Amino acid sequence: MGNKQSLNSRSHNKCSCNGDDLELILGKYNNDPKRLMDVLIHIQTQCGCISDLAVKDIAEAFNMSKVDVVQTISFYHFLSQEPRGEYTVYLNDSAVAKMKGRDKIAQVFEKVAGTKFGSVSKDGKIGLFNTSCIGMNDQEPSAIINRRVFTNLTEVDVERIVKSMKEGLDVNDIKGRDPVPNILLKGPILKNEGNITDALKKAISISPDEVIEEVKQSKLRGRGGAGFPTALKWRTCRDTKSEKRYIFCNADEGEPGTFKDRVILTERPRLLFTGMTIAGYAVGSDEGILYLRFEYKFMEQYLENILSKMRKDGSLGKNILGKKGFNFDIRIQFGGGAYVCGEESALLESAEGKRGEPRDKPPYPVVKGYLQHPTVVNNVETLCCVARIIQKGVKWYCSVGTKDSTGSKLLSISGDCKRPGVYEIACGTTINDVNKMVGAEDVQAVQVGGPSGVCVAPIDFDHKLAYEDLATGGSIIIIGNKRDLLKDIVLNFTEFFLEESCGSCVPCRAMTNQYKKKLEKIIRGNGVAKDLEQMLSWEKVMKANRCGLGQTAANPITCSIRNFRELYESKLKTATDFVSEFDLEAAVQEYCKTANRIPNLGGDHE
Amino acid sequence: MSKAIVATTSLAGCFGCHMSLLDIDEKILDLIELVEFNKSPIDDIKTFTKECDIGIIEGGCCNSENVHILKEFRKNCKTLVVMGECAIMGGLPALRNNVVSISECLEEAYLNCVSVQANDEKIIPNDDELPLILDRVYPCHEIVKIDYFLPGCAPRADLIWNALVALITGNEMDLPYEVIKFD
Amino acid sequence: MNKITITINNKKIVTESGKSVLEIAKENGIFIPTLCNYEGIAPQSSCRVCTCVIDGRKMTACTTLAKDKMNIETNTEELEEIRSVIVELLFAEGNHFCPSCEKSGNCELQALAYRFKMMVPQFPYDFPARDVDAVNPKIMIDHNRCILCKRCIRRKKEPENPTWFVFENRGNKLKINLDHELTADMDDELAQKAMDTCPVGAIIRKEKGFDVPIGSRKYDSKPIGSDIEDQGGAV
Ligand SMILES: Cc1cc2nc3c(=O)[nH]c(=O)nc-3n(C[C@H](O)[C@H](O)[C@H](O)COP(=O)(O)O)c2cc1C
Ligand code: SF4
Ligand code: SF4
Ligand code: SF4
Ligand code: FES
Repeated sequence: MGNKQSLNSRSHNKCSCNGDDLELILGKYNNDPKRLMDVLIHIQTQCGCISDLAVKDIAEAFNMSKVDVVQTISFYHFLSQEPRGEYTVYLNDSAVAKMKGRDKIAQVFEKVAGTKFGSVSKDGKIGLFNTSCIGMNDQEPSAIINRRVFTNLTEVDVERIVKSMKEGLDVNDIKGRDPVPNILLKGPILKNEGNITDALKKAISISPDEVIEEVKQSKLRGRGGAGFPTALKWRTCRDTKSEKRYIFCNADEGEPGTFKDRVILTERPRLLFTGMTIAGYAVGSDEGILYLRFEYKFMEQYLENILSKMRKDGSLGKNILGKKGFNFDIRIQFGGGAYVCGEESALLESAEGKRGEPRDKPPYPVVKGYLQHPTVVNNVETLCCVARIIQKGVKWYCSVGTKDSTGSKLLSISGDCKRPGVYEIACGTTINDVNKMVGAEDVQAVQVGGPSGVCVAPIDFDHKLAYEDLATGGSIIIIGNKRDLLKDIVLNFTEFFLEESCGSCVPCRAMTNQYKKKLEKIIRGNGVAKDLEQMLSWEKVMKANRCGLGQTAANPITCSIRNFRELYESKLKTATDFVSEFDLEAAVQEYCKTANRIPNLGGDHE
Repeated sequence: MSKAIVATTSLAGCFGCHMSLLDIDEKILDLIELVEFNKSPIDDIKTFTKECDIGIIEGGCCNSENVHILKEFRKNCKTLVVMGECAIMGGLPALRNNVVSISECLEEAYLNCVSVQANDEKIIPNDDELPLILDRVYPCHEIVKIDYFLPGCAPRADLIWNALVALITGNEMDLPYEVIKFD
Repeated sequence: MNKITITINNKKIVTESGKSVLEIAKENGIFIPTLCNYEGIAPQSSCRVCTCVIDGRKMTACTTLAKDKMNIETNTEELEEIRSVIVELLFAEGNHFCPSCEKSGNCELQALAYRFKMMVPQFPYDFPARDVDAVNPKIMIDHNRCILCKRCIRRKKEPENPTWFVFENRGNKLKINLDHELTADMDDELAQKAMDTCPVGAIIRKEKGFDVPIGSRKYDSKPIGSDIEDQGGAV
């Protein structure tokens, strides 16, 4: 894909976005406080930070308090009040990145850039930061530098890249590997058959109700993870009285290990946009919004170009393909770096310029969504399925898959296997089949559905990937026998949830932390049998969280306790039911140093 | 029924819990019927002379001596009960846990504070006889296994009494609303 | 307003639509514990303490509007366990030194702990490093005690528009923040209102406190919720 568009690198990192400059930026977003996210992202990418001055001016322009602007900034990983450097390196620290050697790469970055992760070099030139999965698990270690993605990093690459940054090269001119699609198996969605405009023609030749009926016949269920019947969602949205309705495409793709939406976006963008347009026709909406994760900013210009082309050839805009009164257009809304914004109501909050805190449900977005209007939120792949169903018919679509899970599923497969990449399989394929397909031998476990999914043990590898068995949003991580499952995977996933929780719900915020502490205790060899029972008993409290993030945040631990119990048990102290981690020698050290004393703890202190 | 043997101690506490223990009016006579005190400030027995049934701890651990005594209690008592907020969560001494490090704390107290006048040699007390101060104040159950917790600052006399009676008689503990308080 | 019939703990209740499960329970003498809910402020579930089983699903009573034929359980063993675990979590997450807290005896968190007979949280204390924000002349924010219930944030509106109280950060770094410029001339009445809004001792009026003697404070002798249960019909 056209990756080489200009990502104008920042020439300075002192924020100049105030006064006249800011007025221009605000004007670009209609001086609308609901577009606060766009304003902040604009300033952040232009200046490398959002300065106090900019905060003050934005607050004034939008009649908000300064702290109100700051509360949005502070929610998002890629927004910052402190300068992040002329070049900002975001190195992925997901579990798979670590498997592929990101820690060594991080060391080299720190050595040559002369600064630690989490900080900016003294001259303000290079900032190094960790980040959650960036959707490149098949090409790790990878990093985002000023919105461009560098994949398959080696130590030599890092030295060269840092040297180029120090020399002040435009980030586009730095030598590096760009992302590749890695499509290794094509099915009905990815096979590029026929002219996709036909799908749109067909849709507008029948009534909106008939379109919804087609989708219903296909039994299509959401591909974003939850598996909600798409037609039912559309029906409710259409039936809710309103002046305005919205179609959102959820391209937040934050579940670690998922990258199939990225590949659709770069390889089949027209298919997706057509799907959104058909959705707009079906529910009676004239505005579609693609909520795109900040990590995918590199494809912005490419996607904008496709949208322009579609407007030119009449597939978007007013009276689409000559259909009188059918108007629909699409804009791109970027996120600011927050996994929870993949949750549909948090996504809408974010798109409204706020912190991405999930809403209380009901009301569901289909009834009260974006700006309180009925809103359909669908995953990228779901909308592509719709376009194909309309293009090629329900029967054709249902010829693949199982009775309850029709069609195909795109999988993002990574980890310990020979051929990581995107595979479009028929629903109902078993994990054993997947392992064979990707060249995974010596497998300890397969993580299906990312950290929020399930950690499957070998005795269950005959299970099927389908809604009725193992449902997945598409992330498959193969974990080889050599990995330390608890430390490398389970702990990493738990830390991910702790980092990404919005913090609203007590159990999500506080219990995840307690889970982490207890897991670390077990990893240190200080766990007792009671700890396992306790962690399982806490699960019901986690299920009382507001959104899916908190409801699944304990899954990495509880699921691995269930499926890998012997592994946990092998680490427990069995002769006792109480282990203290109190270390007297360590506890008195600071005092002894301050008071200039030699610790005389005596022999009776064990 | 033979008397239960009870030991008590005050670690990093203010003795308030012990006061509360004695604040049971005429029931103190019943108490004497029920228990025999071993190591305890109440009878001034300084070392354990036999295995005890119940050990009652006031205060958390702020220095090495507290830790030492707490472990002694765990070794010599069948059942260990902590009483008071200090023992349960550090209490007022633990206010330092999240505010300053122990070095800052000592430097402020002995070197920098305006009321420091006669410390020309700039000494932070370091006599070998002094216990070693811990980096923070530890609740007792972070150090040894504790069987029962009696909250309050100080715990209501009735709570301590009810707990003792329950432990000695083996009956379930009576917990009316008024006795569980954290202040 | 439509008449609806719902079932709470196997008891049929006829009421009007448009009310939350929490309100209806209260009207019928059934106490459902809450922390983040405050009468007069639009609910937004965050503490999860009011979780009930509604038509077989765990949902929060404060945010769920009652619908005809709804079946609600408010006090199963599992729900009660969930509630007390949440309270324990909050004690372990913050720094709650009740003996030195101005709110002690009037604090909703503490009162729930009393009601649930919490002797010690099952979790190790975090002892997080949190500070006290005493910039404002009338109130201080003691972050050590804040349970992030968002009541102060949600109470905003007139006359304080734009927003005074906000959140900052996310996850377990989440904290409350106050706009110091806008609140510089807060009057006593608003300061009192802010303090009353807070369920715990995180918003405290300066130059005032400990004015009710121990023994006559709100939760000294009667458990939180007993006023609701006493008005009869407890199920
Ligand atoms: C924490 C969290 C993160 C989510 N992330 C995504 C995501 O990145 N992409 C996505 O399509 N759905 C995600 N979802 C699911 C969405 O809430 C929603 O169900 C989905 O977008 C609906 O689309 P579908 O019906 O087409 O699957 C997430 C849910 C949760 C709870
Ligand atoms: S479950 Fe977690 S992420 Fe979801 S709303 Fe609650 S705190 Fe936020
Ligand atoms: S806020 Fe409540 S629970 Fe916390 S210290 Fe004060 S009285 Fe205790
Ligand atoms: S300050 Fe008080 S009202 Fe505000 S969030 Fe914290 S606990 Fe709730
Ligand atoms: S009171 Fe309902 S969630 Fe807090």
